[in-house]
Amino acid sequence: MTSLNVNGKQIEVDVEDDMPLLWVLRDELGLTGTKYGCGVAACGACTVHVDGQPMRSCVMPASALAGRKITTIEALSADGKSHPVQKAWVQLQVPQCGFCQSGMIMAATALLERNSNPSDADIDAAMTNICRCGTYARVREAIHLAARSV
Amino acid sequence: MTHNAINAAIENVSRRHFLVKSAAATGALSIGFQLPGIAGAAPAADSAPEITHWVVIEPDDTVVIRIARSELGQGSFTGLAQLVAEELQCDWGKVRPEYADVNMHIRRNRIFQSMSTGGSRSIRDSNEYIRKAGAAARQMLVSAAASQWGVPASECRVQDSVISHPSGKSTTYGKVAGLAATMDIPTDVALKSPAQWKIAGTSPARFDVPAKTNGSQIYASDVRLPGMLYASIVRSPVFGSTLKSYDESRVLGMRGVKQVVADEDWVAVVADNWWRANKALLALPVEWDESENDNVSSDSIMQFLRTGIDATDVPVARKDGDVDSAFANAAKVVEAEYHSGFLNHATMEPQNAVALYTDDRLEVWCGTQNGEATIASASETSGIPLENIIVHKMHAGGGFGRRGGHQDYTKQAVKIAMAMPGTPVRLQWSREEDMRQGRYRPVSLVKLRGALDKDGNWTAWQVRQADQSIIITVRPNMIENGVDPINTRSFADNPYKVPNFVNEYAMRNPHVPPGFCRAVAHTNNPFYRECFIDELAHAAGKDPYEFRRPFLEGTKDLPLLDAVARQIGWDKPAPKGVHRGIAVVDSYGSYTAAAVELSVENGTVIDVQRVVVAIDSGHVVHPDSVKGQMEGGVIWGLSFIMHEEITIDNGRVVQGNFTDYPVLKLAQTPKIEPIIMPSGGFWGGVGEPPIGAVIPAIGNALFAATGKRIRSMPLKNHGFSYKT
Ligand code: FES
Ligand code: FES
Repeated sequence: MTSLNVNGKQIEVDVEDDMPLLWVLRDELGLTGTKYGCGVAACGACTVHVDGQPMRSCVMPASALAGRKITTIEALSADGKSHPVQKAWVQLQVPQCGFCQSGMIMAATALLERNSNPSDADIDAAMTNICRCGTYARVREAIHLAARSV
Repeated sequence: MTHNAINAAIENVSRRHFLVKSAAATGALSIGFQLPGIAGAAPAADSAPEITHWVVIEPDDTVVIRIARSELGQGSFTGLAQLVAEELQCDWGKVRPEYADVNMHIRRNRIFQSMSTGGSRSIRDSNEYIRKAGAAARQMLVSAAASQWGVPASECRVQDSVISHPSGKSTTYGKVAGLAATMDIPTDVALKSPAQWKIAGTSPARFDVPAKTNGSQIYASDVRLPGMLYASIVRSPVFGSTLKSYDESRVLGMRGVKQVVADEDWVAVVADNWWRANKALLALPVEWDESENDNVSSDSIMQFLRTGIDATDVPVARKDGDVDSAFANAAKVVEAEYHSGFLNHATMEPQNAVALYTDDRLEVWCGTQNGEATIASASETSGIPLENIIVHKMHAGGGFGRRGGHQDYTKQAVKIAMAMPGTPVRLQWSREEDMRQGRYRPVSLVKLRGALDKDGNWTAWQVRQADQSIIITVRPNMIENGVDPINTRSFADNPYKVPNFVNEYAMRNPHVPPGFCRAVAHTNNPFYRECFIDELAHAAGKDPYEFRRPFLEGTKDLPLLDAVARQIGWDKPAPKGVHRGIAVVDSYGSYTAAAVELSVENGTVIDVQRVVVAIDSGHVVHPDSVKGQMEGGVIWGLSFIMHEEITIDNGRVVQGNFTDYPVLKLAQTPKIEPIIMPSGGFWGGVGEPPIGAVIPAIGNALFAATGKRIRSMPLKNHGFSYKT
């Protein structure tokens, strides 16, 4: 049994020690907002926050996260729309297919947590997620917009 | 499962959607889904009146607009709804788009016409009949109100779902929908001219965006059904080879593993968690039969293409004037060979589908670019009649052509589900499977020759293509005299008014399965054409922009070329160390051009600073979605030319993930300057066209910067990289 703190709830899961957090979230807990895109930490679709830091959950065994605070896209805001980053994303109509966007938003919110006014270079360095639809220009703009509004 | 059990059972798939499906069912079917009554015209929105098959209006004035095409992020749910709503003159705030039900489509004699979402066709092919549906529905609603009031319909006015009469009477669409639904659908309806548009031509917030910002959008890979199991699959890595043996005893004892299912050329492990299924699959000993393709490599494919370049007699796609004498009289002849390899769609959501089979019925959830192809594939695979199959179309995590006609993942999911009756199974491909079982943008090798007279005028050109045909695998009757009409695009249909031209085409099909990948032949042919024209211009000692202009006089292409030249500042010198490239391409009914500025550090590190891209798609329904497609198209162009290549070794794909098939990232994204310049009078596509001109514009700017003419993609093979 691993005891996890997910979105403010203490949860016991009975999984193998090497099962990545991603599959605990998606298949055991039904938190499907966090996506599988590569499984090798290359795309960022699976990004969640662990103690406020962005983490690619596809390569992080859940068993290593006991006692850490895990936040997924579902818990970013209580109503699913009021986080400044979510608002900026809607205002600038960032998503296309949307499949990368949970990870994008989790990476962006973590960036803004540690740097409330990131430069383009800061955004370049922090936002290494893949968006196959090519929404990068709007992602960058939306991060600036969110930074201005907090 | 009983009817009620099923209602309770859908864990996260829209409950309403499910109820809709089951509402009209009569009697308790003992399976996991209910068919709407076969005889009745079961409307999608419970029992609300269906005005036409495209429009359902609920008593509270909600306007349900059915969308037959798929939402892949390109905005079809919003754009198509705008066109219907425009003519319907309904309150946009009350509009709710829904997928047109695939099963209803089949039962009602393909009433929604094409469900295919490809070729940038969603709007340009369907705009007329869906606008007419909106106009017809408006007329019926007005007639209903007029007949209730005993006044002539012509005296009634409509605005935002409210019908009014000069006498002061007023009602809403929801109140008269029931009566309107009983009326005959008028076929002879007038459409507004785009100049009169109020909803179309604007950019309302897209319907699909909010759910894509909080994790609530359910893609097929997020569908969870009670008792659902998860499958991971591997298909023969050498395309066309068959499964020889596997040893399931080695994995059946692994935690969570339920079953191993195999077919002629694949094997899948089913477990209670996808990670477990995939882990067991990786541990499963599998052998594949040997085949003659085991020795095929990218090099051997290249040699095969060369036989097409060297052949003495090949089919001719187009011939103008007298090419031979023009070349004989040329003052200068320029010759070059260009090529590029395979590309993968690499949709962000790897291929997947959920299937539930019980007795003689089947239910499928998947992201698809063609609901009709999905239901047909499911029926073919299972032998179950179309009427007994329900397809739940889910928004797709990228399509780009991968989720079109092939439906290989649907067929596999159905087979697995049929091996486990009563158990819903979600087949989820690993990224590695997705990379290695693509339907790839084909390889090509092209030889170009151009003739210049003593004044540097372009007098003739000859294009010999050797490439792999996609269309022969799906619609072979489109091949005429050996010419592939799609692969010859941007040559056979080129706009340049050069008097002597020949386009020869040699089809060479290796064993690697080809597929339509966003922009298709316009991912490579424009690179060949527009870079070669740049070569001609330099050989003629002329400016590449000015060189092109006279040959485009009077075309719809020229204003685009001029627009990007103006925007980039072609008539003024570029900043120090900055170099420019330009290109023009028309495709999918639209006209585009691109101009770029870049600098090159240390001879190899490319810093793309600006990409100007212009489009004339005739009409524009949702300008912000067009802009989004242009932004994305630029990213695709930059990604293709620098990074992307699928290579073949021992008959199989070498690359397996984004680690060895890198794609463009945010840090490599330049300033993008889209120019939307609709000239009206026609309907062009938008999803694919923006890619074509970007690629050669980069190649041409790279030549301007380095003096190196790069004639094959990707640039990384030539030692280049992007600055990050
Ligand atoms: S799925 Fe974790 S980084 Fe791609
Ligand atoms: S929006 Fe489609 S992958 Fe980013």
